[in-house]
Amino acid sequence: MATDGTIAIDVRDAVKRYGDFTALKRISLSIRDNEFFTLLGPSGCGKTTLLRMIAGFEDVTEGAIFLFGDEIETLPPHKRPINTVFQDYALFPHMTVIDNVGFGLEMRGKSKSDARKRAGEVLEMVQLSQFANRKPAQLSGGQQQRVALARALAPQPKVLLLDEPLSALDLKLRKAMQIELKHLQRDTGITFIFVTHDQEEALTMSDRIAVMSSGELQQLGDARDIYERPRNMFVADFIGDTNLLSVTVNRVEGQSATCRLASGHQIACDAVEGIAPGAYVHMSIRPERLYLSEPGDGYLSGTVLENIFVGTDITTIVEISPDLRLTVRTSNSDRGAQGIFAPGTAVAVHLEQGAGRLLAD
Amino acid sequence: MAARSYNLRVYPGFRAVTLLCLFVLYAPLVVVTIYSFNASQSITNWEGVSLRWYADVFTGPESEKFKLAARNSFVIALIAASVATTIATLAATAIIRGGRFRLRTWSFGLISLPLMVPEIVTAVATLIFFNAIGFDRGLLTILLAHIAFCIPFAYLPISARMQGIEASYEQAAQDLYATRRQAFTRVLLPLMMPGIISGFILAFIVSLDDFIITNFVKGAGVETLPTAIFGAVKQGIKPNIMAISTMLLGVSVVMVALSWLISRRDNTK
Repeated sequence: MATDGTIAIDVRDAVKRYGDFTALKRISLSIRDNEFFTLLGPSGCGKTTLLRMIAGFEDVTEGAIFLFGDEIETLPPHKRPINTVFQDYALFPHMTVIDNVGFGLEMRGKSKSDARKRAGEVLEMVQLSQFANRKPAQLSGGQQQRVALARALAPQPKVLLLDEPLSALDLKLRKAMQIELKHLQRDTGITFIFVTHDQEEALTMSDRIAVMSSGELQQLGDARDIYERPRNMFVADFIGDTNLLSVTVNRVEGQSATCRLASGHQIACDAVEGIAPGAYVHMSIRPERLYLSEPGDGYLSGTVLENIFVGTDITTIVEISPDLRLTVRTSNSDRGAQGIFAPGTAVAVHLEQGAGRLLAD
Repeated sequence: MAARSYNLRVYPGFRAVTLLCLFVLYAPLVVVTIYSFNASQSITNWEGVSLRWYADVFTGPESEKFKLAARNSFVIALIAASVATTIATLAATAIIRGGRFRLRTWSFGLISLPLMVPEIVTAVATLIFFNAIGFDRGLLTILLAHIAFCIPFAYLPISARMQGIEASYEQAAQDLYATRRQAFTRVLLPLMMPGIISGFILAFIVSLDDFIITNFVKGAGVETLPTAIFGAVKQGIKPNIMAISTMLLGVSVVMVALSWLISRRDNTK
């Protein structure tokens, strides 16, 4: 958020191969100082491998990693001023909470009493002072999670790595921790690199997100960018829900373009670099940018197949033609109620201005 | 039908077979223990409870021989178990934590193999080895042989323990600025300690009880407790042998119980 443009971690052409398998295919990205940066992708996309390469647990097959300008990819983990919050926390079971938190400080040469003092302060920051003398096994999952966080923050690393740290928590606690993490990042001013497969979590917390799949960087941008301007099919499909339509590009004029659905309907949208008239591509339309009305004046017409109640919203499946179904999301409120129709009803489907987004591949 | 677990008690004869097995295993021990308290000179006639044979072990005509043998046994067991446990700990660290090196499977096989080789073969081989290199038989040969055959016994509980320790603990330690050595001494070693203690106790008991190999490699006139007992038995079984056996049994039971208590205390949870 409050970054001044200094680059904390610079990954240049990083490749990771395990025998014949390439886990990372030449990734380059720069993570700014004081940024909450998320590596997002499905399991096996290489995000954890990249994180472990930054931490020093994996060798870099090719390429380089810089930490504030210093090349670090050949340094052992204990020589990198980078700490990790592990997915399984990896709290030392034979040590008390305060000794766990003080461990990094002690290893850096602080005296036992200095380490304890600072560990006490960090524990206070995560509101666990009263558990200082317990063993990790005597704490709940959420408390263990905070101890892991305190332990990694105590030595004041230049960069904090978080490897899906919230995945073991239940939904409610996870949501609370998301906010807490975000605040912690802002208060400490330490660069956070967060790995997750949960797109909602990524959107909630991150300043910037790198979407990865099959060892490649798919898109890098802030939450809005990635949600509203997905670059390709993978990103559009992976982030949130969307309607993917096959369209032919008719016309491109400056910033705007016109496309045609198979049914012949025309849709206006923003032009996207690299997509020329005549191209047969996909278009993504987010369900919340569609709305329904009485038939007649609509843009597309169809029949309501079913309404699915999801609490805050109602999701409606509308059949336009046998091979085209659209998902429409209406907010569950009095304002939204006028857009809800019973299954079997004929409806008109409207498109908000600029709702259609062309995808490069 | 959700009943997937087998209820052994419904099988005919389960109880009888179990009792028979327990009887065969423990009846001789019980008999020896009871008769060690016999007041009689005879080993078969019961003449009332007495501690005279225990007193005989410590003060009787053979007491000097037994005391010396017992001291030899305990000193050898202590040193052999310590050295074997150290070697086994290092071996387990290398084999389990050393990554995938080429001879890893072989190493594991080689270290466990002695457990399956008939002891008499090991005994003869060890004797031939000492003869071949011209090593005079005595306490030192016993000690060396004991260290060698104790290693696989110490290795088993240590490696079992180590396999249960997630690699992420050491990674976390290294991530928090510990060198590899510090990660080992500050994190891995304390977590392995229950396994190491179990391994030590197992090696100690195995060394303490060993007869065959000891009998082959010991020099003339050098005795450990088992060889001393064997020597005494050859001249006819006296009840004092039962008293010694019972005490040895007691030591074993205490050690096994200790090992069980320690291994139950899982400090990773």
